[in-house]
Amino acid sequence: MIRDGSRILLEVRGLRAVVNGIEILKGIDLTVRSGEVHAIMGTNGSGKSTFAKVLAGHSAYQVTGGSVLFEGRDLFDLSPEERARAGVFLAFQYPIEIPGVANSHFLRLAYNTVQAQRGQEELDPLEFEDFVRDKMKLLEMNPDFLDRGVNEGFSGGEKKRNEILQMALLKPLLAILDETDSGLDIDALRIVTNGVNKLSTADNAIILVTHYQRMLNYIVPDFVHVMRAGRIIKTGGKELALDLETRGYDWVGAERPVTAGA
Amino acid sequence: MVASNSYLESILNGQPKLPPSSTTWFNQLRAHALEQAGMLQVPTTRDEEWRFTDISPLTRLPWRPSHALAPTQLTDVKRFDLDESTIKLVFVDGAFMPHLSSRLDGSEHEGLVATDLSVAAAAHASAIEPHLGRLASFENNLFAALNTAYLHHGALIIVQPNAKIQKPVHVLFIATQAGTAIHPRCLLIARAGSEVTLVEDYVNLQDEAYVTNAVTEIALEDNARVNHVRVQRDSIEAFHIANCAVSVARASCYRSVSVALGGRISRYDLNARLAAEGAECLIDGLALIKGRQLADTHTCIDHATPHGTSRQSHKCIVDGAAHAVFNGKILVRAGAVRTDSAQSSRNLLLSARARVDTKPQLEIFADDVKCAHGATVGQLDHEELFYLRSRGLTENAARNLLTYAFGAEIIDRIPIVSLKHQLEQLVLAQTEKIEP
Repeated sequence: MIRDGSRILLEVRGLRAVVNGIEILKGIDLTVRSGEVHAIMGTNGSGKSTFAKVLAGHSAYQVTGGSVLFEGRDLFDLSPEERARAGVFLAFQYPIEIPGVANSHFLRLAYNTVQAQRGQEELDPLEFEDFVRDKMKLLEMNPDFLDRGVNEGFSGGEKKRNEILQMALLKPLLAILDETDSGLDIDALRIVTNGVNKLSTADNAIILVTHYQRMLNYIVPDFVHVMRAGRIIKTGGKELALDLETRGYDWVGAERPVTAGA
Repeated sequence: MVASNSYLESILNGQPKLPPSSTTWFNQLRAHALEQAGMLQVPTTRDEEWRFTDISPLTRLPWRPSHALAPTQLTDVKRFDLDESTIKLVFVDGAFMPHLSSRLDGSEHEGLVATDLSVAAAAHASAIEPHLGRLASFENNLFAALNTAYLHHGALIIVQPNAKIQKPVHVLFIATQAGTAIHPRCLLIARAGSEVTLVEDYVNLQDEAYVTNAVTEIALEDNARVNHVRVQRDSIEAFHIANCAVSVARASCYRSVSVALGGRISRYDLNARLAAEGAECLIDGLALIKGRQLADTHTCIDHATPHGTSRQSHKCIVDGAAHAVFNGKILVRAGAVRTDSAQSSRNLLLSARARVDTKPQLEIFADDVKCAHGATVGQLDHEELFYLRSRGLTENAARNLLTYAFGAEIIDRIPIVSLKHQLEQLVLAQTEKIEP
């Protein structure tokens, strides 16, 4: 929600990035304030997932230009773990399976690492068990998922719930949800988005990266940005997403003359 | 090969005269094995089966027999006990220790024989004779021949028909003396419909060089279930050579988890024969080595009959300049139709000097079979590391956790909680790198 007295959390200016020598991001500008929900939409290959991974610090992507400030600090001075501790969270499109590590162990390790950084109380396994079970209710997750390997043998929907559970535990200032709606049936989508809405406050912000409008029926964005070929080519309100749903992506940008070769 | 022959001669001559057994076939078996040993050579890297494993350092070690220990020197062996209630058979430098072992009396242990082989050979001759020295053939195996030539003390476990033994049988081989050669021996016979868990555990009280030359034979009769956990935690300077032969009968199931941690040079040969229809085996292994260690695992799963199932997962975590070898043969004999077999070999190299040689070897002579296999060698996965770091873990903590997880996946399959926990702590201690 756009609010008076909000503060700037994220400021992206002219961001360019390459992977394997190919430029994917070609100058992105975006400002995100506390309390806001931004949707970044676009077709496959538009660069929206790359943008999400660059913000989280994935080493496969090399930043070649521009700047990103997070709470006024240069984000690129921070390692992925420092970003996480500072309050940046990426919900993965394809969460990684780690057999051999119990989910409860992983969740507690992440939680305590971030708590320690913030000078807040760490929890022992028993205390954490109660704490995490409570958070799992938010996502209607079966407690059995604590004893299994991290994401091991989870269905697509279960993996996405586990991602949002991590968001609930780490309480980020900026949560970037990378295609969290993909692979979810209608019930799972309702549960996951309901969880996200409950975690949304006046102090934090959410960036939803998605291909489809349907998630935006549940999480209402303040801004919708359309990406194409590594740039944001159009920004609007939530109505823009509905336009995209009915008209597709092709018309966007056609309204505006595009220089050949750009 | 004059050198190896004179070496063998010195080994054979240096052994004490064993007291003859009261059982004739037992004495004949020893004599036959001794004769075989005298005709065999110490394998070199020119032998295909020993290509990657140079055991010449072994030949520079005197195979002195161990001497009897004063009981006062054995105060520290309690720490090897498992937390769970177990049936214990303890051997120190190869010698059976009745006062450290469980006495089986009372109805609780009905259906179980667990005792020293040399004492029980006569009483259980008809059960033992078809298996002892026959499952683990020594015709072309020098180390099995030497072990059999010095057959004396050993673990004998017989589970009577339909007996389900709840407590694990913990066979503990403790090495205490430098420069000696020990020949541990186990024989497990699981009669029809019986169930048992065997923990074969090699530990040490000193960090110097010695030789463990072990042979284990396991016979499963129809519908039997055996859980076999093997933990090799010999000294980091020791030589550990072991042969294990398993015969799996109709509709019976053999599960094994073997963990190799110790040994300057270790070699484990496991041969499992699915000898009747519907036999099943699940064979998992983990080698966790560092420094200049070499750990070689050779397995052969022999599908001799139709409708057999085998699953195998072998993992190596190799650090420093250590070297792991895995050779996994799956043999599907003519007529072993409807065989269902899957094997995987996954290897994690933690340093630039670490090395692994892995060779899945499928030999299929039957139609209508399903055999899958795969091998990977690599470092930690970048996507997994990034996932953990994006949750606040340092790169170092993420590496430690993933390395641990790689090993824990195998250790998790050990059905004894305290042992599982102990080994997990060991993996953690060995793979954990200090924050740079």
